[in-house]
Amino acid sequence: MFAYLVRRVIGAVVLLFIVTAVTFSIFFLVPKLGGASADDLASRYVGKSAGAEQIHETAVRLGFTDPLYEQYGRFLKGLFVGQEYNYGPATEHCPAPCFGYSFLTQQPVWPDLVDRLPVTASLAFGAAFIWLVTGVGTGIVSALRRGSALDRSLMSVALAGVSLPIFFTGLLSLSIFSYGLGWTAQGGTNPMDAANPAWWAYDLILPWVTLAFLYAAAYARLTRAGMLETMNEDFVRTARAKGLTERTVVMKHGLRSALTPILTIFGLDLGLLLGGAILTETTFSLPGIGQYAVIALRANDLPKVLGVTLVAAFFIVLANLIVDLLYAVVDPRVRIS
Amino acid sequence: MRWNRITTATAVSAAVALSLVACGGSGNGSGGSGGGSGSGDATKAEANAALTKVFNPSDKKGGTLRMAITEKWDSTDPGDTYYGLSWNLVRNYVRPLMVFKSAPGQEGTEVVPDLAEAAGVPSNDAKTWTYKIRKGVKFEDGTEVKAQDVKYAVARSLDKATLPNGPTYFNDFLLDVPKGYSVYKDPTLAGVAKAIETPDDYTIVFHLNKSFSGFDYFAQLPATAPVPKAKDNGSKYQLHPISTGPYKFESHDPNKGLTLIRNDQYDPATDPNSGRKALPDKITVAYNVNGADIDNRLQAGDLDVDIAGTGVQAETQAKLLANPELKAHTDNVPAPRLNFTVFNSEVKPLDNIDCRKAILYAADHEGYQRAYGGPVGGDIATNMMPPLVTGAEKFDTYGFEADKNGNVDKAKEALTACKLPNGFSTNIAYRADRPKEKAVAESLQQSLKRVGINVTPKGFPTGDYTKLYAGKPDYAKANNLGMIVYSWGADWPDGFGFLSQIVDSRTIRATGGNTNLGIRIPEVDQLVDKALVTTDKAEREKIWVDVDKKVMEQAAVLPGIWAKGLLYRPDTLANVYVSDSQNMYDYAGIGVAQK
Repeated sequence: MFAYLVRRVIGAVVLLFIVTAVTFSIFFLVPKLGGASADDLASRYVGKSAGAEQIHETAVRLGFTDPLYEQYGRFLKGLFVGQEYNYGPATEHCPAPCFGYSFLTQQPVWPDLVDRLPVTASLAFGAAFIWLVTGVGTGIVSALRRGSALDRSLMSVALAGVSLPIFFTGLLSLSIFSYGLGWTAQGGTNPMDAANPAWWAYDLILPWVTLAFLYAAAYARLTRAGMLETMNEDFVRTARAKGLTERTVVMKHGLRSALTPILTIFGLDLGLLLGGAILTETTFSLPGIGQYAVIALRANDLPKVLGVTLVAAFFIVLANLIVDLLYAVVDPRVRIS
Repeated sequence: MRWNRITTATAVSAAVALSLVACGGSGNGSGGSGGGSGSGDATKAEANAALTKVFNPSDKKGGTLRMAITEKWDSTDPGDTYYGLSWNLVRNYVRPLMVFKSAPGQEGTEVVPDLAEAAGVPSNDAKTWTYKIRKGVKFEDGTEVKAQDVKYAVARSLDKATLPNGPTYFNDFLLDVPKGYSVYKDPTLAGVAKAIETPDDYTIVFHLNKSFSGFDYFAQLPATAPVPKAKDNGSKYQLHPISTGPYKFESHDPNKGLTLIRNDQYDPATDPNSGRKALPDKITVAYNVNGADIDNRLQAGDLDVDIAGTGVQAETQAKLLANPELKAHTDNVPAPRLNFTVFNSEVKPLDNIDCRKAILYAADHEGYQRAYGGPVGGDIATNMMPPLVTGAEKFDTYGFEADKNGNVDKAKEALTACKLPNGFSTNIAYRADRPKEKAVAESLQQSLKRVGINVTPKGFPTGDYTKLYAGKPDYAKANNLGMIVYSWGADWPDGFGFLSQIVDSRTIRATGGNTNLGIRIPEVDQLVDKALVTTDKAEREKIWVDVDKKVMEQAAVLPGIWAKGLLYRPDTLANVYVSDSQNMYDYAGIGVAQK
């Protein structure tokens, strides 16, 4: 088990390096292949009336005139030992892990990410809890009442959930529940400013439900399909023949087996969301990692893009690792192989 | 079965969409009753009520003015900002030497003394400008402002490596400023010794490298607002610029927003000219708020101002205009902005004036206007300078108003004169992520086709449009970009502020980043030089009109529309008006309706 864990952790670290290298290359190599010079790149980070001399100064200041491997090396060094940054009157040390300074706002990236992570985590975990409970619950009920009016209605709602994009359901729910009925917090409310957990939940309930609606729908359909398949298996018939209660048959035998693929998907989904729920955060104007990613991408702000990419990749890798370990716990065959 | 489920989902979606529309309406209804209780027309909501006069006038102080924007602007540092909204807001927390008066309509274009006691005194053929500074103006920590603080502020704004965003007027005009000057490497300010002098604590003298008659406009740039050297922390200064105005920073997170509260060191007695009202007790600005959400919140009364001031989202605009009650809460604000298409004189056959004229005659001007949303998006432009620019004159050399959809016969005559009677082919560049500019390119493609001019639209990314593509001469020439769709707003509403950066051929740099996208007319350059040294305002304004006429006579551009934006004015606002210098609600005068 330990060797398995070590192997996975090393694999994860290598993957993260590859992610940074690829992001770095896309940012610098692609324009370079298109014929853009260091000054061309720098011209994005100057004011609208900047002259050639100023653009070149900016290119030098941002390090674009250095060879690519040096720039990448500097970035990696910053991650482990930090780096020095000149903000005008003096130089300050950006402690490790230093993701660099924004090319545009000239503010360090890491504190921004740390600041925004609680918002994204609040959103992701809250929504995940809701969609897991409602999605899996709906899937079980639908599977057990297969073909009934209830099954059809639930699956129709699920189809709507999968089909409707967040930016539609989000704006709609804001319009109805926030601005219309006044039941929920407005868009743009920062849940981390809430005075107590109740207000925190109040600020987040609408984004949670909206996000969970999308995922719950998919999970309901997935659980239903899994349960239908499992409930027809021989071991379920055997369990029933043994005289077990229907509740035990469903929950202990049927559901446990059907949950394996759900677990895989759940790990990926949660990891992905922790790296930023871009649409939800943008729609509800939540200051999380996803909104930060949009700001960074719009502005071609490489240090921010790298920061978000790395954080997102970290969570996906971490979530996968946890899922894999859980597999090993659930299914002994994984450990052996 | 599958089909039925899809149908059900579609029906659900449609029902939900309908309820969204209904909800928007009801939200507005509830917001519509919360207005001020004043009397007379000035408090009755009607369209354009805040355009030329004060709507819901008030002197009552108090409340929180809640503003939001879809993204953060360049910087809140007065020495590092180039956004109109920022120049509007900055007057609340700092005091430059001069300032645009906070007043409705035309009165708002007046540049009045702020930190300075009076307008600048020119000497040496307008190469030297002297300002006397008011006594008793204090920073938020109680220290009195001295001329040296203004000198330091202007000097630091020259460091474009640390503060890259602001305009470069001082870099370009101040005498003998070393290349790559940085105040942070020059603690004694020796590098600007020839450019800025402070003979005593209350006098500041600027020396220019060429005559410039409109220096008072430079003196109103936020970069002339004093900065105490001891508090200057370079690129971090934007987090808490030291206040001299009626408000100071309580908090500022560049990712989330800012809060301004009253500055108890601000003395209105030292501020007799600016028209600042400082009505709200607090001003909050939230960054990165969803655009559609901003519009919804404005209508619901949960937000007071979209600080961007450029108008509501396209989908909101349609909704507001369709509902008379909502329309009564709008102001269709004209801006000193021209949406136009430049002819690149380096691309054949557009080096021939008659070929350019053929395009002017053949173009569908109503089509151009439709691309920007019809009359609400702006008026058909017949020449370059928007009517809002001080001293501008409207003229119609090519009869755009008589032939709003173009004049095919005259276009064909012009084509014959340019020896291409069957037309020609060229490319038209536009910013790919701006649907309105794409619509312009398509409209021109359609209308020019009538006379055999075949235009191929080419979209480019906005961020690199002027720097790498349309604004980079060798790229534009090599890629046959004969027509370039563009938009330009004045830095301030006078001839220099509007025209100098888009018609003077000497501003065209081979390295790109140009705002003059292809106008090369020697007579225009001479006229610009003449305007710079002319101190008589009326005479100077006439020269800028001559520049405009010369550009049109040479058929160097196709003017599209003089732009307008549709602003939503919630009932939560008091003392709200549009100033012709800001072209959005004036943030130095606006207040919150008191109940």
